[in-house]
Order: sequence, then structure tokens, then C-alpha cells
Amino acid sequence: MRQKRFKLHWLDYVIAAVVIAFAAVIWFRISGALNYKWQWDRIPNYILRWDADDGRWYANLLLQGLINTIRIALYSSVLALVLGTVLGIARTANNLAIRMLARTYLEVLRNIPPVVVVFIFFFFLSEQLISALNMESWARGIARQDDIAVWEFFFGDMRRFPSLISGVIVLALFESAFVGEIVRAGIQSVGRGQREAARSIGMTWVDEMRFIVLPQALRRVLPPMSNQFISLVKDSSIISLISVQELTYKTVELVASTRMIFEAWITTACLYFILCFGLSLLFRRLETSAPKH
Amino acid sequence: MSDSKPIIELRHVDKSFGPFQALTDINFSVRPGERVVVCGPSGSGKSTMIRCINQLETHDAGSITVDGIELGDDTSDIRAVRQEVGMVFQQFNLFPHLTVLENLTIGPIRVRKMGKAAAEALARNYLERVHIPEQADKYPSQLSGGQQQRVAIARSLCMEPRIMLFDEPTSALDPEMIGEVLEVMVELANTGMTMVCVTHEMGFARRVADTMVFMEGGRIVEVAPPEEFFTNPKSNRARMFLDQILEH
Ligand SMILES: Nc1ncnc2c1ncn2[C@@H]1O[C@H](COP(=O)(O)OP(=O)(O)O)[C@@H](O)[C@H]1O
Ligand SMILES: [Mg+2]
Repeated sequence: MRQKRFKLHWLDYVIAAVVIAFAAVIWFRISGALNYKWQWDRIPNYILRWDADDGRWYANLLLQGLINTIRIALYSSVLALVLGTVLGIARTANNLAIRMLARTYLEVLRNIPPVVVVFIFFFFLSEQLISALNMESWARGIARQDDIAVWEFFFGDMRRFPSLISGVIVLALFESAFVGEIVRAGIQSVGRGQREAARSIGMTWVDEMRFIVLPQALRRVLPPMSNQFISLVKDSSIISLISVQELTYKTVELVASTRMIFEAWITTACLYFILCFGLSLLFRRLETSAPKH
Repeated sequence: MSDSKPIIELRHVDKSFGPFQALTDINFSVRPGERVVVCGPSGSGKSTMIRCINQLETHDAGSITVDGIELGDDTSDIRAVRQEVGMVFQQFNLFPHLTVLENLTIGPIRVRKMGKAAAEALARNYLERVHIPEQADKYPSQLSGGQQQRVAIARSLCMEPRIMLFDEPTSALDPEMIGEVLEVMVELANTGMTMVCVTHEMGFARRVADTMVFMEGGRIVEVAPPEEFFTNPKSNRARMFLDQILEH
């Protein structure tokens, strides 16, 4: 095959000129008309901060937020995968009541704005769960202990543990509906013959699902599932509304205390972009190298 | 042999798919060790009938008894019967995400609760029996159709069933691969296995069948020993059917 040559057309120059002009106008309006004072030099300090007394680097607001976002994304995606798998199985169940229940859950989530869903899940579910399990005092107990490095590695500031967990739960519940649809499509893509073969050797329904249907279904839905994971990372910004200390929340804090509106939001946008785009490159890489059986 | 108790018995079995009646008043029994070949035009209900025997299809009326167990709503009964009844499908239905060896051992390990080593020894033994011991570590997609179908037969045999059902096992195969599968089936017949085969391979039927069953329109039209069935079928229907397929 012939390589497509990298040659610029006159249209490319026009487009580039328009884009640059547009950016310049915005820039001019912000710094000129709004009389905005750019302070880009202060931004790195809010990512990594050098502590002269201790003689070491500390993660500052933005990096703390980013790390928390990653933690939340990881935990809630595991939880969403579990819940979504259950939902997906329920969507394909023979039993009508189970199928309707799963369907209702999905339709409700699809037709309510995410912000409203987040508040409802927060107040009705995760808050109740956290107080029922007495998690607040348990986490404070942990926070008072001396050696909590392991806890902090996994959950960050332990005093914020309940908030982190409710964020994880809310996000997982929200995403599970979409994961469920992906799993359902995967299950339905496994042919009837596969299930009949499993049954004809006397497998139970659970074994049939576990060893024959789900392994094939999940393998087939890997591409949409990885997209969903990236969506989840982006959607995680919404739980800043319930004061979970992730990247968006930390950016709001930063802006409130420093007034560096544009620098802070642009930096945060870049951090999200790097994270999500990096993930999508990684998944594409994994997909092309995965075995095809 | 002729007076031993039937291992499969269908009495007055009816089956409908919605408004369409696929089986009507099926009466049919198989003695231990008997080899039955079922034939008939497409859509006559052959698959539906043998799929009722291991309850991949549930019957609407009548009774089906397999190995002394009457099949009803009890799922553990059905599972017990399925362990005694192997089934080979037209489309092989091997598990594509498992190697040949794993395809063979998953039943013994998960259903019979056999240890892994014992199951693998058993599986290798049956791969030998179907003449492909060297393919154990490949995936189904790496095998030819004939090899895949022989793996499927071995997979059923690994459950050490008392009865084997075949639903047109050679219909999806390229002509040059039909022979190798039929050969395995003939060898299996020679071990005394009880077999019910839906097939249009009349050469095979002549060689192994004790009984021929001819179906049409959801009914069993004729049951006869092969000599009689091939030389002098009682029903006109069967005669026309034989004329048609023996032409080729
Ligand atoms: N799952 C099903 N749903 C509806 N109709 C079916 C189904 N399975 C089989 N049938 C119908 O039942 C009839 C008998 O089918 P089948 O037993 O597969 O015939 P054969 O195996 O003799 O070709 C056919 O007319 C077929 O269309
Ligand atoms: Mg058929």
C-alpha cells in the first residue's frame, strides 16, 4: 500500500490561520478587555510543592485531585463491572420480573439527568449505607493510628474515606446501567449453540454462565467496555457536587483561593485529556495485541 | 436383547412452537445398545424429537423416560439425564475460547467433579479414540470441520454417557471430511453404545442401524429394520424419500 503523503493543501493553511486568529481573539479579550493577569508560573506549585522544611516534594491540590480521580475511577469501575454483569445477566433472564426490574433501572438512569441521579444516589443510598455501617467513626479511628501508609496509598486522606466511598458507590451505580447494556449485548452475541452444548453436558446455569457465556461475552465487549471506562473517568468529575475530593473539586477549591480561573481550568482540562487520551491509546494497543480466540 | 427394558421411551409426545405443532403423538423406544437412525425430510421434526430426549426442548404433552427417569419440571432430574446422554450437534458447538483439551475436560471437572489430572488423562484417551491426539492444545478455530466434529464427539464421550444423540453430525461438513467422522461413529457403534442418529448418510445407516425411523410432518411414519426399510418400505412417503436421496 502507498503511504499517504504528508503534504499541505492551501485549505490547510486557511484552517490553521482561522484557528490561530480565533485563539488570539479569545486571548486578547481575556487579557485586554477583562484585564486578566495571567499567572501561569504559579500553576506548577499547585501540582507538586517543594517543602523546604522537610526537604521533599508533596502533591499539591491538583495532583491530589488527579490521584483521587484515578483511585475513584479504578474502584468504581470494578464495582460497576460487577453490578453491570449482574444487570446484564438479569436483562437476559428468562424470568419476566427480573428482566423488568433490570430494564426499569436502566430506563430510569437513562432518562434522568446525571446530576440529579448523583444527588439521589448520594442522599438515598450511599449516605444511608455509610451511616448504617458506622463508617465515619471507623475511618476516624484508622486516621488516628500511627502506621497508615498502606491505607493512605489506597484511599488517600482517611478522614475523607466515607466521602470517597460514597463517591465510588454513586459513580458505580450510575455507570452500572451502561455497563449492564454492554454486558447484555455481549451475552446475546454468544450463540444459542454454545449454551445448548454447555447444557447438554449437564452444566448448571451458573457454570454455563461462568465458564461458557461470560468469558466469551466479556472478551467480545472489551472495546465498548474500555470506552465506557474512559467515560467513567470523565463522568467522575460530576461527583465533585457531593464534595468528593477529586480533580474537579480540587480545581474549584484552587480557583476559589487563588482566582486563577483560566490557568486552573485549562490545567485541569489538560490533566483529564492526558489521562483519558492515554487510556484510549493504551486500550487500542491492547486490542490489537490481544489473542483472537 | 429384544426383551430388555427400554433405555429411552417416548409416549404420546406432543410439542408445539407457538401455533405450529412440530411433534404429534410420538411413540418411540430404544433398548440399551440399540442403534437407531432417524431420517425424513427437512422440517419433519427430527431435531425437535431428539432434542426432547435431553430436554433442550421441553415437550408439551406425553411422557419421556430416559434411563429410568421421567423428565418433567425437575431440573436436577434433567441434569442427571443430560450427564448420561451425550449430544453431537450439526454445528459442532465447540467452546471457541477453550483449547481442545479444555473443551473435553470442562464437563468432567465441572459436572462430574473429577480432578484435573484424571480429567486430562480421560480426555487424551478419548482424543486417541477419535484419532486426533496431537491436537489437544489447539483452539477449535485452528482445526478442520471434520476434526472439530470429532472433538465434539470426544467431548460428549468424556462424560462417559450411556446414550449418544447425533443431530445431522455430517451435514455441515465438506464432503471429503464426512468419512472421517462416520468412521468414528461406526467405531463407537461397535463398542455397543446406545445411539440415536439423525442423518441422511444411508451407507452409514445400512452399516450400523438396528432400527430405522422415518419421520414426516412431525409424526413417526415408519419404524423398521434397515433391510426391510431400504428394500421394501411400507409407506409411500418413505419410498419417495429414499428414491430422492439415493439418487445422488
Ligand atoms: N425454536 C423453534 N421455534 C419455532 N419453530 C421451530 C423451532 N424449532 C423448530 N421449529 C419448527 O419445527 C419444525 C421441525 O423442525 P426440526 O425438528 O428442526 O426439523 P428437522 O430437524 O427434521 O429438519 C420446523 O418446521 C421448524 O421450522
Ligand atoms: Mg434438524
